Amino acid sequence: MAKRWQIVVVVAAGMLLTACAGKGTKPEETGEVAPPVEQRALPGEGATATGTGLGAGAEGQTLDGGQVQQEVHPLDQPDSLLSKRIIYFDFDSAQVKEEYRPVVEAHARYLAGHPNAHVVLEGHADERGTREYNMALGERRANAVKKLMVLMGADPNQIDVVSYGEERPAVLGHDESAWSKNRRVEIVYKRR
Amino acid sequence: MKPRPMPRVLIALLFLCTLAVPVQAALTIEITRGVEAAMPIAVVPFAWEGSGAPPLDVAAVVEADLERSGQFAPLPREDMLSRPSPGKPVQFRDWRLLGIPHLVIGRVVPVGVDRYVVEFQLFDVFRAKALRGLRYTVPAARLRSVAHRISDQVYEALTGIRGAFDTRIVYVVRKTGPDGKSRYTLELADADAANARPILRSREPILSPAWSPDARRLAYVSFERKRPEIFIQEIATGKRERIASFEGLNGAPVFSPDGKRLALVLSKDGNAEIYVMDLATRKLTRITRHWAIDTEPAWAPDGASLAFVSERGGSPQVYRYYFADGRIERLTFDGKQNLRPHFSPDGRLLTCINLDEQGRYRVAVLELETGIMRVLTDTKLDESPSFAPNGSMIIYATEIRGKGVLAAVSVDGRVRQTFQVEGEGDVREPSWSPFLD
Repeated sequence: MAKRWQIVVVVAAGMLLTACAGKGTKPEETGEVAPPVEQRALPGEGATATGTGLGAGAEGQTLDGGQVQQEVHPLDQPDSLLSKRIIYFDFDSAQVKEEYRPVVEAHARYLAGHPNAHVVLEGHADERGTREYNMALGERRANAVKKLMVLMGADPNQIDVVSYGEERPAVLGHDESAWSKNRRVEIVYKRR
Repeated sequence: MKPRPMPRVLIALLFLCTLAVPVQAALTIEITRGVEAAMPIAVVPFAWEGSGAPPLDVAAVVEADLERSGQFAPLPREDMLSRPSPGKPVQFRDWRLLGIPHLVIGRVVPVGVDRYVVEFQLFDVFRAKALRGLRYTVPAARLRSVAHRISDQVYEALTGIRGAFDTRIVYVVRKTGPDGKSRYTLELADADAANARPILRSREPILSPAWSPDARRLAYVSFERKRPEIFIQEIATGKRERIASFEGLNGAPVFSPDGKRLALVLSKDGNAEIYVMDLATRKLTRITRHWAIDTEPAWAPDGASLAFVSERGGSPQVYRYYFADGRIERLTFDGKQNLRPHFSPDGRLLTCINLDEQGRYRVAVLELETGIMRVLTDTKLDESPSFAPNGSMIIYATEIRGKGVLAAVSVDGRVRQTFQVEGEGDVREPSWSPFLD
């Protein structure tokens, strides 16, 4: 779900940029190559985009001199670590790998800075092994992420944990490429 | 002796059309491996003493049961030289000529509105002697069950082991709905996969169904409220009760042999631990205390101990807890992991899922006295093994050609069957019922 939303935002931003920058830029390329894009949307008012290369500090500036509008929610910024909502794990392991620590930390900081925000950490396992063991493994993975978030400043009351074991694979399939995508914890925001 | 063609497909639902029973997920059973020297037997079509067509071909059900066990090779009907029925002398010579050592004959007599007398006899052909004979009076809807009881009698008379044909299985089916999302049903079927019917439908996962010892209730885990909760459901009425909905895991329910307690897994105190709930008072007793995962409890048939899975030794292995002194001992040492234990009805064997160095999860049997473990299957993603109530077969879930299917293997590994659901859908989490009486 989070991923789909992210793609929508990227594509929308890309299309707007294309419109602003003129011809010759494919939306997909824009979405990937021009990182600090901010999409702004006001309910009912459509959207506009700020210029490239300006980053977060560029709020209030526009490319075409149009009106400054409400900023994109930090959780929806495609280039931000906060847009990453899935932590992957090794086989039969609940250890958060080094490469995912920055993502966990970004969410922990966000939670610390937004006391009303609330997340559910959904723990999942691949299909190998038995279902109830995988339920426990999924919970252990989600708890490992929770523990880390709390160490990094989030309040434990902001975080719920639920394990789906192997019942909700992200990818169907019976090989390592599917399994590696199914051993995961998904960070789901219930309140921002 | 006739060679057995393998694999040999049996359409177990062939006769269902004569019964007004709704069929949900039709299963077929395929014998993928049988005993080399299966015992020849002849099951003569039962004489029908009514008008029109008989409500059920009872002999065909008996024949299919015996064949499915892998231990019997029924004689094809077209090879029979005579078709004896009770009340007339049997020409044993006809059967000796064909090398058939045992013969089953019978008849079905209508005796009133929707009442039938079914009678059978089992003969030792070479000694020209009746071994067993019984008579049942039932309505048409019970004829199938009577056929399975006849199979049970024949099986017991010839193998010395109580038959488990007149029993049931429960399992979970996952299908993809028109919206692309999963639909789950908890289904109940006869042990030959006939009469399949859903007893619970959900858009969220269902797992770990477990029978009460009187076969009247099922405990299971349902995610219907987006988190795991344990329910107990009465099969006959559909009445159910939420029995555990603590914070965190609520899983792996199993009834004690006396039906008064439920072993289960909760993580309310931090991580997955085994508890026992007194069903009358709902009082919980905590069994394990360890930072490692403890899960998948299984009662020993005498109720004095529980087997369970723990990764306290570094990898998940099977341990045993004794209620008398709280002692815990490790039971499995072979392989990288051993999961989901289940005791044989006599308590001498334990089946579990064994992970080997090649990454295969396969059904294994551990002989508790010697500690010798044998792997019984050659699939790769086996799960949820459970013994038939007579201890002869183990039913389990596996994956064949990308689909979740049920399969069964004899305890000696010589007989194998697969149950395949028709069309799209994954079948999983089987559990074999206790004896029904």
